[in-house]
Amino acid sequence: MDLKKNNFTRRDFVKGSSLLAGGALLMPSLLTATPLMKKDKTLKLAIVGCGGRGTGAVSQALKADENVKLVAMADAFEDRLEKSFDSLNKMFGKDRVAVKKSKKFVGFGSYKKAIDEADVVILTTPPGFRPQHFEYAVSQGKHVFMEKPVATDVAGIKKVLNAAKLAKEKNLNVVVGLQRHYQGSYQAAHQQIQKGAIGNIVSGQVYWNSGGVWVRPREANATEMEYQMRNWYYFNWICGDHILEQHVHNIDVANWFMGGYPIKATGIGGREVRKGIDHGEIFDHHVVEFEYESGAVVSSQCRHQRGCKNRVNETFQGTLGTSYTDGGGNAVLKTYDGREIYAHDNEDDVNPYQVEHNKLFASIRKGGVINNAEYGAKSTMTAIMGRMATYSGKEITWEDAMASNHTLVPDEDTLSFNSIPPAIKDKFGNYPIPVPGKTKFY
Amino acid sequence: MKNCFKYLKTDSKSIFILALFFGVIGQNIVAQEFSNYEQEVKNETFLFEMVAVSGGEFSMGAKTDDATRKKDEKPSHKVEVDDFWMGKYEVTWEQYDAFVFGEFTPSQFKQSSELKKLGIDGVTGATTPYVEMSFGMGKGKFPAVNMTHYAAIMYCKWLTSKTGVFYRLPTEAEWEYVCKKGKTDSASDKGTVAWYKNNSKKAYGKTGTKTANGLGIHDLLGNVSEWVLDQYSETYYANSPKKNPWNKPSDLYPRVTRGGSWKDTADKLCCTYRKASKAKWKQRDPQIPKSDWWLTDASFVGFRIVRPKVQPSKKEIKKYWLEAITDYGLN
Repeated sequence: MDLKKNNFTRRDFVKGSSLLAGGALLMPSLLTATPLMKKDKTLKLAIVGCGGRGTGAVSQALKADENVKLVAMADAFEDRLEKSFDSLNKMFGKDRVAVKKSKKFVGFGSYKKAIDEADVVILTTPPGFRPQHFEYAVSQGKHVFMEKPVATDVAGIKKVLNAAKLAKEKNLNVVVGLQRHYQGSYQAAHQQIQKGAIGNIVSGQVYWNSGGVWVRPREANATEMEYQMRNWYYFNWICGDHILEQHVHNIDVANWFMGGYPIKATGIGGREVRKGIDHGEIFDHHVVEFEYESGAVVSSQCRHQRGCKNRVNETFQGTLGTSYTDGGGNAVLKTYDGREIYAHDNEDDVNPYQVEHNKLFASIRKGGVINNAEYGAKSTMTAIMGRMATYSGKEITWEDAMASNHTLVPDEDTLSFNSIPPAIKDKFGNYPIPVPGKTKFY
Repeated sequence: MKNCFKYLKTDSKSIFILALFFGVIGQNIVAQEFSNYEQEVKNETFLFEMVAVSGGEFSMGAKTDDATRKKDEKPSHKVEVDDFWMGKYEVTWEQYDAFVFGEFTPSQFKQSSELKKLGIDGVTGATTPYVEMSFGMGKGKFPAVNMTHYAAIMYCKWLTSKTGVFYRLPTEAEWEYVCKKGKTDSASDKGTVAWYKNNSKKAYGKTGTKTANGLGIHDLLGNVSEWVLDQYSETYYANSPKKNPWNKPSDLYPRVTRGGSWKDTADKLCCTYRKASKAKWKQRDPQIPKSDWWLTDASFVGFRIVRPKVQPSKKEIKKYWLEAITDYGLN
């Protein structure tokens, strides 16, 4: 199937409709008129985690395949769910966003009800809950799109790895939102490196240095649990710290290009600038050295400090040359005397977030099996290992980390908004911050 | 009488509404001599160099019988623009980051009574970007890129609030007038005035490093394609008013950029070439709704500022502070 053309046609159609109907669309009647597509069964879609990213993922799923309908939604918060529903309804109309009032599920544990309704599920809550959602979805035989990172603790990683195995046995498709794997420039650079264009990689540097993300201050009537769930970025059991939540993208590129996972990590990190009352317990910078089996070392930097140099990209040095990649679609490989080996032309690349869903639904339709869960889990684990290194100040081996019982996340099914969350504040409203040299890594 | 003022900084999704209470103080508007000047900005070290441009009549659009130009650049038609000042350079990262990372407390801005006269009830700041928005091409004196049309307009509002002087984007007509009057596209070698595909090495250049046009304005062509105030319409030219035409946007897409960029070939470096904005410029924004503030795929789009010689009335100015339109990424 020509994904790009297909995608373009659909976008074009939506454009026409929105002009006519000012957003209230009448898509399906026209779309289902395509004779080829009529043969396909309607796939029922559910979303668990209705934030901006989840809403974006649903829109990409609906664009990827004309016979997909959103039938159920779940979120901890009703307002987030309704906002997402409104956006999607405006975009696609009620025939494709066919979520009855009784199929909008709110609160802890609501994931099960939404997943039960669907053939394909989108798991886009904050990452702490992902392992439990993924495990349940696979146990119920659902195909999955899930966002990165896929866990925040080692117990979660193990859950995801086990469920990934089961998904394979059940021939389920699992796509993980590490979208660089679906981006033309990265695929091309990876292919070049596989071919030996820069020789064997001996070192690398991966970065997510930026000004940071949103903060949601405490609201007057919110319980402690509600506060942490709203301001989730700053709580490790839900978010995992930004070394996971964002930087996993670049760490994952390192693993992908290196063709394996690091055996150990050491690192330095702390909380220098972003340390206000609403900044929870996470660091604002981490610098980690990951050592791979071959002896190659990849250093990783992530920083959330405003007004500093921003940098989000990856560089590698091989025995014959160097590689540079970034999310902007650039991929440049050079020899050490400066000659260009490869420079990617991204003009015709399709939006990687869309490609993820095009591939997922095409694979479901033809009975194929995509399983990104294993590398998703292991790259998340690499980031967790980095976090263990910066929090503890110790050298962390993959073996020790995986052997640990490191658990941050409680069983979601036992939680309510009156539960006491794992992160506990002192009388001034501050949370315990990891202290290198003192904090245990698990 | 009491004025209620809002200063919004939305990057934290938290909204600080500060109500300030000032008695209205009568302020005399100081007449400015019509010559080049430098605009200072409170608490910042950079200046905006502004070039006086005497208005007049010109032929807007490409010659109707010029087969080398596109249909949307025609017909050639008479247009008249008033006097204004235009930024000598494209807005740089240094200047843009002052807005993105700036403080939005009342003390940063002119008094509320003064701002009311400029049609300003509040100032909204951009969200801070999650990634590095220059994509490694350089910051500082390099031109700012990847901002939405709305963000460029809000930048002008911010600058107006800091300085008490009304700044805005140029209209499409004003931009083209300056380009043509300065004979910007007449050089046989475009490389002397512009960073474009043939000399840019796949990145923008520092502002002002190429020769200025006949009016002393740099980088109109090439470097970054510049937002202007107008909604893009292929057919607007045929019916536009003669005096100070402005196709005021009502839809999010498409809006107009002018001048071509470091990515473009020489044929796009032309005073009449128009590039329409596309939803694709935000394609890698993974969220719905998409950002009001940042493009993810337009490292070739920036802007410059203008100031009309005669400051319009409060009512007129308000028309320029466009509202954000929610972007569902569909167009």
